[in-house]
Amino acid sequence: MWWMQLIKQMEFLGVRSVPVLLLTGGFTGMVLALQSFQALERFGGQILVGAIASLGQARELGPILTAFLVAGRVGSAMAAELASMQISEQIDALRAMAVSPFKFLVVPRLIAGVTMLPIVTVIANFIGTLGSYLVAVIFLHVNAGIYWNQVFLFVGPQDLLNGLLKSVFFGLILTGAACWAGLEERVGAEGIGRAATAAVVRGYVLILIADYFLTDLLF
Amino acid sequence: MIKLVNLTKSIENKRVLQGVNLEIEREQITLILGQSGVGKTVLLRLLLGLIKPDGGEIWIEGENIVPLNERELDSVRKRCGVLFQGGALFDSLTVGENIAFPLRQHTHLSERELHGKVHEKLEQVGLDGIERQKPAELSGGMRKRVALARALALDPEILLLDEPTAGLDPVTGRAIADLIHETQMRSKATCVAVTHDLTLVERLADRVALLHDGKILAVGTPHEMLSSSDSLVKEFLKGVEL
Repeated sequence: MWWMQLIKQMEFLGVRSVPVLLLTGGFTGMVLALQSFQALERFGGQILVGAIASLGQARELGPILTAFLVAGRVGSAMAAELASMQISEQIDALRAMAVSPFKFLVVPRLIAGVTMLPIVTVIANFIGTLGSYLVAVIFLHVNAGIYWNQVFLFVGPQDLLNGLLKSVFFGLILTGAACWAGLEERVGAEGIGRAATAAVVRGYVLILIADYFLTDLLF
Repeated sequence: MIKLVNLTKSIENKRVLQGVNLEIEREQITLILGQSGVGKTVLLRLLLGLIKPDGGEIWIEGENIVPLNERELDSVRKRCGVLFQGGALFDSLTVGENIAFPLRQHTHLSERELHGKVHEKLEQVGLDGIERQKPAELSGGMRKRVALARALALDPEILLLDEPTAGLDPVTGRAIADLIHETQMRSKATCVAVTHDLTLVERLADRVALLHDGKILAVGTPHEMLSSSDSLVKEFLKGVEL
């Protein structure tokens, strides 16, 4: 049963987030290329657009936007589900059957967050890089060879790995915030709504705070 | 035997239980009667260790469970089956998975044995053949029966029932009461039911305790309670016939 819970949460957090991440990741990369190009154009540094967009994607926007998206999509649903279980005495039923709600409900969600968020971040980064390439090379007429040359020159494996390490922490934070909000004592349908809101707000705030300290520590 | 000694509990600054003393006999059905909001469910949650009392002792088979931590309480809880007021079935699982849940957690039965056990428990509550349905697809009475089947899955020594007939029509309520009675007769479990449903006094109870103003006002067999000279007991049990 525990393994089923884990697989279900991994599928919910990871697999089902992919379609929307493809869309947002792609557009994030495109807008990043556009903004970078316009800023670099002012002092004639347009050839750096690939490096700037990919660095921004790998170090910052990929991990944080993916975490925000998953916190909004999955964190709120997790909190609402747990709050509904709390209100309908299902959490009490677990405890009454000598099953720890922490082990049975919280731990699989935390593991799903820690393992799946980096995976979907890789996908978002990949699509984002393709998006920025598309805008830079096709619409802004940057030479494709120069584009990739700059990317490989400035973006190292450490940038990618540290970005993914951030997403590990973000996964822990967003699922932790969802469980915290969902398992608080609440009553009625209003309580379920409040739990969902609390999960997203707490998730976003804690992710932003953690992002600053992690960036300071890692880069 | 279950023994409650001077049990007190406040919730949100309101004193719900103000010194409950009660002895619950082994292998009997004890009905704890009281008006809505008098603290019956709180008492049941205390018995399971789901909440801690402010004071007093709860003795279950010679062990005071009040100082026990969550892990130590689990050994007590494994001996209890609980029917929650709303059933508290896991809505993400099917009926069969709900009943198999405690068995999967605490036994090492094979899938075949689990299936057999689920079939047996559903048959006991008269609902064989609905293993694959989800709780949301069932009526209130069927949910209660399934919840009872889950409570009985581990063949508990102690069966705790929270308002077993609440929210059911009189016919279904009577059927559930008879089912609980038959089940207790067969399993010889010590059964504690908290309720405000007076019809259960005649259908179910070996002993009745009346909870009023945070204390047990009177305890006795249904006959003793009906012949009580206490005006509050008389008032509460008005209309009950044996």
